[in-house]
Amino acid sequence: MAIPKVLGTETEYGISAVGSADFNPVLSSSLLISTYAGSLRRIRWDYEQESPHRDARGFEPVPMREPTEEDLGLANVILSNGARYYVDHAHPEYSTPECASPRELVVHDKAGERVLERSLEELDRAVPPGQRLAIYKNNSDGKGNSYGTHENYLVDRATPFASIVRDLTPFFVSRQVFTGAGKLGSEASWDEQGRHRYQITQRADFFEAEVGLETTLKRPIINTRDEPHADPERYRRLHVIVGDANMCEVAIFLKVGTTALVLKMIEDEYLPDLSLANPVASLHEVSRDITCRVPIRLGDGRRLSAVQLQWEYLERAKKYVEQEDPSAENEEVVERWERTLAALEEDPLTLHRELDWVAKLRLLEGYRERDGLDWSDPKLRLVDLQYHDVRRAKGLYYRLEAAGAFDRLASDAEIDRAVTEPPEDTRAYFRGRCIARYPDAIAAASWDSMIFDTGVEALQRVPMREPLKGTRDHVEALLERSADPATLLELLRS
Amino acid sequence: MPQEQEQKKVQRRSGGGAEGEDAGQVKASAKGEKLKEEMDDILDEIDSVLEENAEEFVKSYVQKGGE
Repeated sequence: MAIPKVLGTETEYGISAVGSADFNPVLSSSLLISTYAGSLRRIRWDYEQESPHRDARGFEPVPMREPTEEDLGLANVILSNGARYYVDHAHPEYSTPECASPRELVVHDKAGERVLERSLEELDRAVPPGQRLAIYKNNSDGKGNSYGTHENYLVDRATPFASIVRDLTPFFVSRQVFTGAGKLGSEASWDEQGRHRYQITQRADFFEAEVGLETTLKRPIINTRDEPHADPERYRRLHVIVGDANMCEVAIFLKVGTTALVLKMIEDEYLPDLSLANPVASLHEVSRDITCRVPIRLGDGRRLSAVQLQWEYLERAKKYVEQEDPSAENEEVVERWERTLAALEEDPLTLHRELDWVAKLRLLEGYRERDGLDWSDPKLRLVDLQYHDVRRAKGLYYRLEAAGAFDRLASDAEIDRAVTEPPEDTRAYFRGRCIARYPDAIAAASWDSMIFDTGVEALQRVPMREPLKGTRDHVEALLERSADPATLLELLRS
Repeated sequence: MPQEQEQKKVQRRSGGGAEGEDAGQVKASAKGEKLKEEMDDILDEIDSVLEENAEEFVKSYVQKGGE
């Protein structure tokens, strides 16, 4: 039987400076993160405002000063919601805490946008007038540089990796029809300039291989990075690099919900062989076909459109959910999936309330029609970029959302709560709660351990190798009884 | 939550085709008008928040690769 799917996303945000010629993306990312982390400390230690330069255990509280070694060592913090917020290469990256359901991941993925927005607000107060940073939740600068939005899924180690490759590759190629965030033009070196005005995904242009370890060069559809961050005998943590960053809640839900369900079916050997003849070429073709009708060639010679290929997965999934894994959550995934495929078959452009690539295309077409703009007009490029701006007052996705133009799956209150509160059904609960309760006693933390420094004995490591242990049910009472970290460790030992 | 999942049809080319007299056609173009108005409102709103100097702004957005 398939194991429960523990899920997360890891988003690298685009970052640039406005009004300043002198911009270092690595330092700026670090400053952004340490400013946010520092503000949390300031809230905790508000009564000590007379010491504004107090060392907050590595979190520098004052922004826009000379960079310190700590900055050059680059900010890397764990938040009270269990998320990790850090600098990866030249981008701020937000890794959600582990979530136990697609719906919960939607909330935490959106909470990541709020963290970036708040970080910007904090930093804006400290930079000179006329200067600011801009942050985008997208995957490309339109000039051939891409940064990733990765997904991770807990998978049974016993499942042969070859099965994952066989059954997931056609799924990834075809799921683009609902996971795409939309992009003007093409950034593929082999593509004829100007031939494709708009494509479904931001990422397809950057993929050149079927399977591999790389994430920055010769990117593969199936990434083989094997960091379980859990008991390696039992688990694999599948690292998915082929998706886009989504603003639409429905698109996030579909992306992670359908993928989790397909992985369960792979674990239970429930899928037929749908291998493609040329997966990489098909990935590019699907992304370039906004009608969603172009046929893809399968290994057995059949020709199916991306939507038809998705129907093959969906039909199996319906049977699977009914016979093997009935739950309200799975039924919601299957139901939305079916509605989406039906609409894609009928007319993809009707999905502007659900899918990013459709909403963005509609906006661009609106501008073209009203202002008579050519596809190459810089204003359209700006619309493409600013759609992903994380500031709710300025981001175009958010202006549309405020106008009621999108279907929502999460309330603003839920999202705001997830900025500070961890999911309750995974080990992220224990991590987040310990950080909130005993911030001064956590020497370090990672996905699968917490290291405590209670000041009286050697550092003590609490392993967390089971992603579904350390939930609210498991540890809330224990934490309530532990007024201090020493007591907690004592109780954990007994 | 979604309220209008099933029957949404975007009138992609308002006024396209011959001007018909039957009720269906009139209804469709009325709906097209309404969608166009909605879109115009949205564009007005977005005009007010779009960054200035689009060309320069987009040109200066250059990222280092990531991942």
